[in-house]
Order: sequence, then C-alpha cells, then structure tokens
Amino acid sequence: MTDGIPHHRRIFLKQVATAVGAVPLALGASVVAGGAAAAETGTAAAAATAGASGQAPVPVVTAWLFFDGNEGRAAEAAVARLIPADDTGPGAKEAGVAVFIDRQLAGAWGSGDHLYRHAPFLAGTPQQGYQLAFTPAEMFRLGFAKLDEAARKAHAGAFADLTPEQQDALLGEAEHGKLDFGALPSAAFFGALLDATMEGFFSDPIYGGNRDKIGWKLVGFPGVHASYANDIERHGVAWTRPPASIADADNGG
Amino acid sequence: MSKIMPAVDVVLVGGGWTGSVIGKELAATGQRVVVLERGQPRWTSPDFQAPGVRDELKYTRRNELHQNAATETYTFRNRVDETALPMRRWQFAYPANHLGGAGVHWSGAYYRWDPVEFRLRSHYTQRYGARIFEDGITAQDWPLTYDELEPFYDRFDRLVGASGFAGNLKGVIQPGGNPFEPWRSRPYPNPPMRVPHAPALFGEAAAKLGYHPYIQPSALSTRPYVNSEGLHMNECVYCGFCSNFGCEQFAKASPQVCILPVALKLPTFELRTNAHVLRVELDKDRKSARGVTYVDAAGVETFQPAQIVTLCAFAINNTRLLLLSGIGRPYDPATGDGVVGRNYTHQTSSGVSLFFDESVKINPFMAAGAVAVTMDDFCSDNFDHGPLGFVGGGYIQIQVVSGAPIGNRPTPPGTPGWGSAWKKAVKRYYNHSIPITITGSALPVRGGYLSLDPTYRDAWGQPLLRITYDFPDNDIKLSAFLTEKGTEIGHAMRGVTLAQGNPRTKPYGATGYQSSHINGGAAMGSDPATSVVNRYGQCWDVPNVFVTGAALFPQNSCYNPTGTIGALAYWTADAIKRDYLKAPGKLIAS
Repeated sequence: MTDGIPHHRRIFLKQVATAVGAVPLALGASVVAGGAAAAETGTAAAAATAGASGQAPVPVVTAWLFFDGNEGRAAEAAVARLIPADDTGPGAKEAGVAVFIDRQLAGAWGSGDHLYRHAPFLAGTPQQGYQLAFTPAEMFRLGFAKLDEAARKAHAGAFADLTPEQQDALLGEAEHGKLDFGALPSAAFFGALLDATMEGFFSDPIYGGNRDKIGWKLVGFPGVHASYANDIERHGVAWTRPPASIADADNGG
Repeated sequence: MSKIMPAVDVVLVGGGWTGSVIGKELAATGQRVVVLERGQPRWTSPDFQAPGVRDELKYTRRNELHQNAATETYTFRNRVDETALPMRRWQFAYPANHLGGAGVHWSGAYYRWDPVEFRLRSHYTQRYGARIFEDGITAQDWPLTYDELEPFYDRFDRLVGASGFAGNLKGVIQPGGNPFEPWRSRPYPNPPMRVPHAPALFGEAAAKLGYHPYIQPSALSTRPYVNSEGLHMNECVYCGFCSNFGCEQFAKASPQVCILPVALKLPTFELRTNAHVLRVELDKDRKSARGVTYVDAAGVETFQPAQIVTLCAFAINNTRLLLLSGIGRPYDPATGDGVVGRNYTHQTSSGVSLFFDESVKINPFMAAGAVAVTMDDFCSDNFDHGPLGFVGGGYIQIQVVSGAPIGNRPTPPGTPGWGSAWKKAVKRYYNHSIPITITGSALPVRGGYLSLDPTYRDAWGQPLLRITYDFPDNDIKLSAFLTEKGTEIGHAMRGVTLAQGNPRTKPYGATGYQSSHINGGAAMGSDPATSVVNRYGQCWDVPNVFVTGAALFPQNSCYNPTGTIGALAYWTADAIKRDYLKAPGKLIAS
C-alpha cells in the first residue's frame, strides 16, 4: 500500500479501467498530455493520464462536438483555473469538464430546450433574472471568443497561452463584469461557465465530466449507492466505499 | 375546427394528486371520467428505476420532471408600475409536468395545518386586536374548519402511507410526539422515519433550549404498507435521490404508486396523457361550462364535452385556466374589486448555515426528501405574537434531503467561488456542513396578485400568467425573528464552529429557490366578493366547474401544502358525490 490507495479501492479502479476503458485515477500524477496539441488541429482533443498505480498512460480521444479548436483550448484552460489541479487532487480539466461542457452545448440544453426565448428581451431588475436572448450554445461561443480577444489585448496571446496568474486575473475581471464582451455581459458568461464547470465536475461521469469520479472523490460523495437504510442511524460513520456511477451500476458494479 | 370527443360526465384537468383522487372517487360511483394530463405517462417502473433515475444533472439541473419554461412559464414583477418579464428558466420554484405532477418530484414532507390557519383573520383579531394586521394585508378566514376537514386528512393519511408519531390523539397529548400537533382521530399508519446524524444533533440542542423537537411526518413509507386502495408501498431506503426525482422504491407516495393503478382498472376511468388543456368552454350565458378544449399529442385542437369540469392543474396554473376561460371576475389591485388572481402567496423560507468541526460527519447523502427533526414552537399561534407585532409563524428543522454535490457543496461565508481556495474549502466542509431550514407562513397583500400577461405568450399562443408580488413587512419581521431563533439553536449544537443566519429580505425575486409552494388566485371563501369558489371548491359564477389545490389557499401556512391539498380533494369529491350529483347546481347559495 505504498501509494496510499486502499486495497479495495485499487481493485475498484482496476475494474473501472477494465470495464469502460477509462483512465485510472490520477492522484497527483501528470495529466492531459495530448489535449492541447490535438485540439490545435481543430477537430479533436486528446487526453491521457498516467495511472497512479503505475499503468501505462491510456489515451482518451474525444472529438469536440460543439467547440472549434480555439474554443476547446480556451475551455480547457478556463476550467483548469476554476477548479485547478493542486495538492487536493486533480481538477476540472483532468476530470474532463471541457468535454462535458462541449457535449452539453451540442445537445438540447445548449440549444435552449428549457429556456423561454420569446421576445421582447428587455433589461429587467435583478429580481427578474436572466433576460438575455442567448442560448447556452450562443453564449459560450461568443464568450470564449471574447475571452481570447481580451487575452490578446492584455497579453498578446490566446487565453490558453497565458500564465495561470494572467488567466486568473482575466477570469476575475469577467466575474465582476469588468471585461467588455460586447452584447454579452462578461459576468453573465462567467456565471454560466462556473455553473457548467461545477455541473461537469460533480455530475455522473456518464456525461463525460467527473472522469474517474474525481469530483465525487474530492468531497466524498458516494454516487448512486442503492440504500442507506442500514447506515442512516450509524451517526457519523465514516463512509469509505468508492463512489459508483450509473454506468458502474448498469454494469453490475 | 376542433376535433370533438364523445361526451363524458366529468373531465379533470391534470393527472396529479387531486385529479387522481377526485377522478377515481367519481369513476367509482359510475361517473364516466376522463383525466387530461398535459405531460407524458411516467411510471415507477420502468421510468424511475435505479440506477438511471439517480441523476442529479438530468432531474434537478435539467428539470426533467418540471414544467418546461420554454413552452410555458410565468412573468414576474415586484410592483404594478414595473413591466413584468418572463422567468426564462426555473429558479424560484419547480412547477411540475408529466403524470403525477408535483406529486412525483415532491419531498414528501407531510403536514396537517393548524386549526388557527383556517380562521386566521378572526383568531388573530380576537387575541391581539385588528391592528396586528398591517395595512394592505388581505388575509381572510377559510370557509371551513380544521374539525370539518379532519376526517379527510385521516383518509389521505391512509392513501399516502403517512409516517409519524401522533402528538395529539383526540385531544390527548401523546408523550414523544409533537405537542403542538392538531388533534387527530387515529395514529399515523406508519411509524416515524429513522433519524440521521444532523437532525439528531438539532433535536438535542432544541430540547436543551426548552423546545419540543419531533420527527417530521412524511409521506415516505417507513415499512411495507398496503394503503387504503389496496396498493403496496415499500420501506424508504434513504437513497438521497428524492426531491426532484421519482421514487424508484415505491416508498414516496405519488399518484402512480398510491391510486392510479386502481383508478385505471375502473371501466369508467380514462387517463389521456399528452393532452394540454387550453381553456374551459362556457355556454353563451357564461354560467355553465360545456367542457374543455385541449391540444393532443399531435397538436390537434380537441373539444372534450363534459357535465362537470374540475381544475386539477399545478397550483397557480389553475388560476391561469380560470383567467383564460373567463370564469370569475379578475382581481384589480387598484380598486380591490374582483377575485380571480387575488391573494397570491409563496413561502417565507430562510436558513442558518452551519459548519462543524471535522469530528462531526454529516453524511448528507444518507438522505430522504422529508427526513427531518423539526419543531413547531414558533408555528402558527403557538407563541405570543403580542410583543412581536407580526402574524404567522414557521417551523425550524434540520432535514437531510440530498448530498448530490452539484447543488450541495457548502463553503463558509467569505470563501471564493472558485480556484484552489474554493476547492480546499469544499473538500473540508462537504461532509461537515448542513443548514437549519426555516419554513415560514406568507400573508397576502393587496398589491400582490396573479393576472394574464399583456405581452408574453406560451407555445400555444396564450398569455402567460403574470405574478406581481413583494413581501409584506409582516413576513420580513417574521423571518428575522425565526432566523434568530434558528441561529441560537445552531450555536447550541455540538460540533458547530460557525452558525450564520440568512433571513429572508426584500425584494421578493424570481432568482432564488424558495419552495415550490406557490398559492392562491382562486381563494376559497364564504363571500363571493372575496373568493372565487365556495367551501367545496365550486366556482361561484360557474357551478359545474370545481377548482382544487393550492390555488384555493387564501394565504399560506408555514406547513407544506400537500396534506391539506389531499384532504381538500377528498372533501370536494365527497360533496360532489353526496350533493352535487343528486342535484347539480349551486351547493351554497350566493
């Protein structure tokens, strides 16, 4: 047990890697070797992580469904700052959050299937909530373009090419609405990006984020376990079983 | 030109709790009944089965069981001099869609309302003087009493498999129960829920401070149970996917679990899904309804003739149907005249954020929608309002609803929203934080009302419902008082390192969730000048139209609505069976 991973968890990781061909947990390991390079082709992003248990890196190739290469690079760079890899473990980029956002934007939610989009679009009071015409897909497309534009203006490079400190500063300005994104308030974009990042980090891995349950492991959420009827009165019990996804359960896990 | 269906005796708009209860009751007497449900048919099996149902993104974030805001939403403004704008996505409440309605995605918190709620205006006036009501408060007495409704509460208890420990059996206070509970004729059919860690800590602190904590009653079955319809329920397994989800376990009561399978076996009962009702059609004299017009799954406008029309849609959507159909006089806040749309209320909810030292493991994922330790010491008129100067009350509790981390990722005040500092805090506090929840009553105000929006329309071209509302000062005072009491309890709890109260403040808004209990607009009353329906839910102006659900509430209690909605559904079904079918017409002279 030299790597600090309990035996039962090691077995579980092996099962996951076998069952779905996924990448093992990368506790503090180097991550995402090929993502940026592949994304530059404009067609695909690749991610590879080195396994904590010493297995060879297994590349996960994921074509962007919605993003173009520049958007994909910006998305990966932005989510990596919102939830960074650090001494608490891997972050949003390693968890595949950009892949999650890309798939969401390509689907029904991205095109506003639950968003009331009838005109007139008027500026309201804060109590009246979101009143812009943008679907999520439209907002993220414009938002990442404008984020790159702001990066070039401030630092002569695309957002993904800036230093983490420069990226944090720009994201902080967007958060407080201080960047000029034209028709799109930068704070609205930042809020949507942060929401989507949290969704991608903590939703079931079947959606492409929360890879290896990185998000669930960070906080200790067990996922889709069937029953706590025998545990709910064991007050304060330490819950140590590894988390399970819908996909694991479907596979008998 | 509408397609015309064969005539029936009764058409019910909506396949949730009230449509299922009244539809089944009337079909069982031989009435030909059609329930028109706008959503899809969804059943415990296969639709809500694990593992697929345990999907926070799909059910909570992407609104799988909620009304689709893209096709139909509400518009909102705080005051009449503002322009209402549409709620373009749901944040403030989760109106329901699909078979079973909100009776599927609800939490199962299951209460009876205090007797005082039914005579709110006269009770407070007698005890404290009329001036306890601030100017512009339009609260009014119900046209029926708790004692009249008690047998119907009892009946609904046995339909939903209610769990709890009786605090008051026929007026005798029972040790171990809630001493403030309204009297009940029989115990709960099932024992109370198991108590998780955080509610136990809450109960310990509340008792130490002299309060009377008890286990919240719920409509989640706590053991295998055969209900009053002969249908089986299972024991809740505390899976933590309850509020906003369908229950895979047949444990959370829903129309699908508790009544529809029996109704569907009756030859006189028909359920038609994907049938979106546009309006009630009236005769030329506008004193009688002919039936309803709906749009079927293929988009074809269809007329369903019926002798009786019962509105059983979600809460205030019934008020909208009345307005769209021209039933009753719309309320005018400038003059105070008219009744339809009057007395809109929501829920004055607030909370206390609690953070614990790392020895206290909350395990928030061991959860159920309605598992809580709660206290009624500050509900209703259980405490002296004289020195406080407000009307109403609220319950204070810790409930463990869900640990699903898109929504549940608490961090202490002052923590950044992202970056390494956020990540460190969420890792530290996920299992060591839970809020005290405070659910307060809500009083109606003269300027708060429901009406048809002049600009925005739904997918079928009909005006959206417009909400105009801001909190009365009364409810802000109430929230400050309750939140302070909750914060004191938080400080008294073992292991708490930080307790921060977050009282409700003005203005009311569309952007923060404050329960799905949106009420009013079709108040039940004894005076046609201040109510839309009589004590049986029958429209004063169109006596063959009945209205059900939370639209009838003249004001909101602190207690969750479903118990009272279910009791009222049986009450209305009983009046129709007993009196109306024998002599169709006004059940109360006006």
